Amino acid sequence: MKTTLITTENYLKLTQFYQTYAAVVDQANWTAWLDMFAEDCVYKVQARENYDRNLPMAALSLTSKGMLKDRIYGITETIFHDPYHQLHMVSSPLILSESDKGVIESQANYTVFRTKNDGIAEVYNVGRYLDRLRITDDGIQIESRLCIFDNEMILNSLIYPI
Amino acid sequence: MSQENRIPMTPIWDHEDTSRIPFWAYTNEDIHKQELEKLFYKNHWCYVGLEAEIPQPGDFKRTVIGERSVIMVRHEDNSIYVVENVCAHRGMRFCREKHGNTKSFTCPYHQWNYDLEGNLQGVPFRRGVKQDGKVKGGMSKDFKTSDHGLTKLLVAERGGVVFASFDHDVESFEAFLGPTMLSYFDRMFNGRKLTLLGYNKQRIPGNWKLMQENIKDPYHPGLLHTWFVTFGLWRADNRSELKMDEHFRHAAMISTRGSGGKDTQTTNVSSFKESMQLNDPSFLDVEVEPWWDGPTAVMMTLFPSVILQQQVNSVSTRHIQPNGHGSFDFVWTHFGYEDDTPEMTERRLRQANLFGPAGFVSADDGEVIEFSQQGFEQKPFHRSLAELGGKDIEETDHMVSETLIRGMYAYWRKVMGV
Ligand code: FES
Ligand SMILES: [Fe+2]
Repeated sequence: MKTTLITTENYLKLTQFYQTYAAVVDQANWTAWLDMFAEDCVYKVQARENYDRNLPMAALSLTSKGMLKDRIYGITETIFHDPYHQLHMVSSPLILSESDKGVIESQANYTVFRTKNDGIAEVYNVGRYLDRLRITDDGIQIESRLCIFDNEMILNSLIYPI
Repeated sequence: MSQENRIPMTPIWDHEDTSRIPFWAYTNEDIHKQELEKLFYKNHWCYVGLEAEIPQPGDFKRTVIGERSVIMVRHEDNSIYVVENVCAHRGMRFCREKHGNTKSFTCPYHQWNYDLEGNLQGVPFRRGVKQDGKVKGGMSKDFKTSDHGLTKLLVAERGGVVFASFDHDVESFEAFLGPTMLSYFDRMFNGRKLTLLGYNKQRIPGNWKLMQENIKDPYHPGLLHTWFVTFGLWRADNRSELKMDEHFRHAAMISTRGSGGKDTQTTNVSSFKESMQLNDPSFLDVEVEPWWDGPTAVMMTLFPSVILQQQVNSVSTRHIQPNGHGSFDFVWTHFGYEDDTPEMTERRLRQANLFGPAGFVSADDGEVIEFSQQGFEQKPFHRSLAELGGKDIEETDHMVSETLIRGMYAYWRKVMGV
């Protein structure tokens, strides 16, 4: 794997960003979640099988910020589902590339535990984030985040973003 | 239901019609085993996949019928075979890849080798080993490879969709569907080559029949799926029909979307949200396709194994794969057609956000199935009620009926002998 020239400062920013994302999603703070994305953005949750075989289908495939907002409306207002909490464990990011224009391609592994009311935490979704991020003066923004999950089966339903 | 009918229970249908469905139909493991035999392994055609999943000779895909692992494979002569994934030697489920390309199947345990039709080709040490000038060991003299192939299934292909049956005496696929269902099947699979877009898979902790019921239940979409109603995709006053085959086992829910939006009266449930607009309307960027020939949505339930979905531009097969009485895997295969423009492919993919385990109008189906099963398990002596539209079984020209569910259970009772 080729090494990249990222600065320590940017790596720390990036690490903080990944952990902030996890915290925001775990707290179901959807306004903050939306704010982490650029206006022009892609967010997908896709089975590894589809990704590895170059099949475009994804469990969720949102290709604009408007779609992200619509998703949040859907999960908060329209979709009936069992209430649950999420807890994300996100690894340190691995930088894949960095351009001089402040665009970083990176990835990090994640594990999401789900805990339902009356329930016990269970391993819900395991995979990796594959990201294109932009470092701006206002912080880091997500241009593209693919959540490529290993699970062959989604445990019934997937409501909240991961 | 009588108070005596408590655990341990005898599965007796103690109601004159099928407007009541006993919970033991969903909770009894013995009933489940019988269903696998009588519905999945005998007398029925079960879905195995799309031809587009195995385009090249030697391509195979591993899947299941009921709870039996099978392999669908394309032969050099382009015909499709389906064989059971159980070695004829000592029974190992030998095929571990989900898909791939091969010239033959070999079981790793003792290297028995089968051709793509499932015929046994070779057995190591069949004639023993030569030691001290003597032949030692090996198979009995009367061992014939031709007696020990893989279990071969009967295969039916139509319009790019592949069905198989363990039962070699099953009626033809066309007779199995019956003329009404066949016409809707042919509408969707009209000979154009299909293109594979990919899979969505979910494990739903509920009895498999609940998924068939869900797609035979036009009562719930406008009530459970608030999203549908909010954005004008489901309206109680849409023109719609419920149709069945002569046995009432298969069904189609056919609906044609009106002008939608605010100009006509919709259900009360939705009216307070009439003004809702999507931030990104491209979720519902629908383009009418000529093959629809009218209906904007046709949901077909082919008993027992598959649901065929057309919801505007989103088309998929949904494969029911039971595992025990209280759980099934639900595998969605989304596809398009060979003549789709790139824009149409994008449209199908965008609209797929409505469906599947995360879908705006499907995630909730998996949830209610899970909680229905919970209700059945805690009260197995009770029954559910399916009386909307009366107690009879008949085709209708409206959606306010549970007639398709009553029909399915009339057929189920006959086959199950209960
Ligand atoms: S079990 Fe397959 S070769 Fe022995
Ligand atoms: Fe539904």
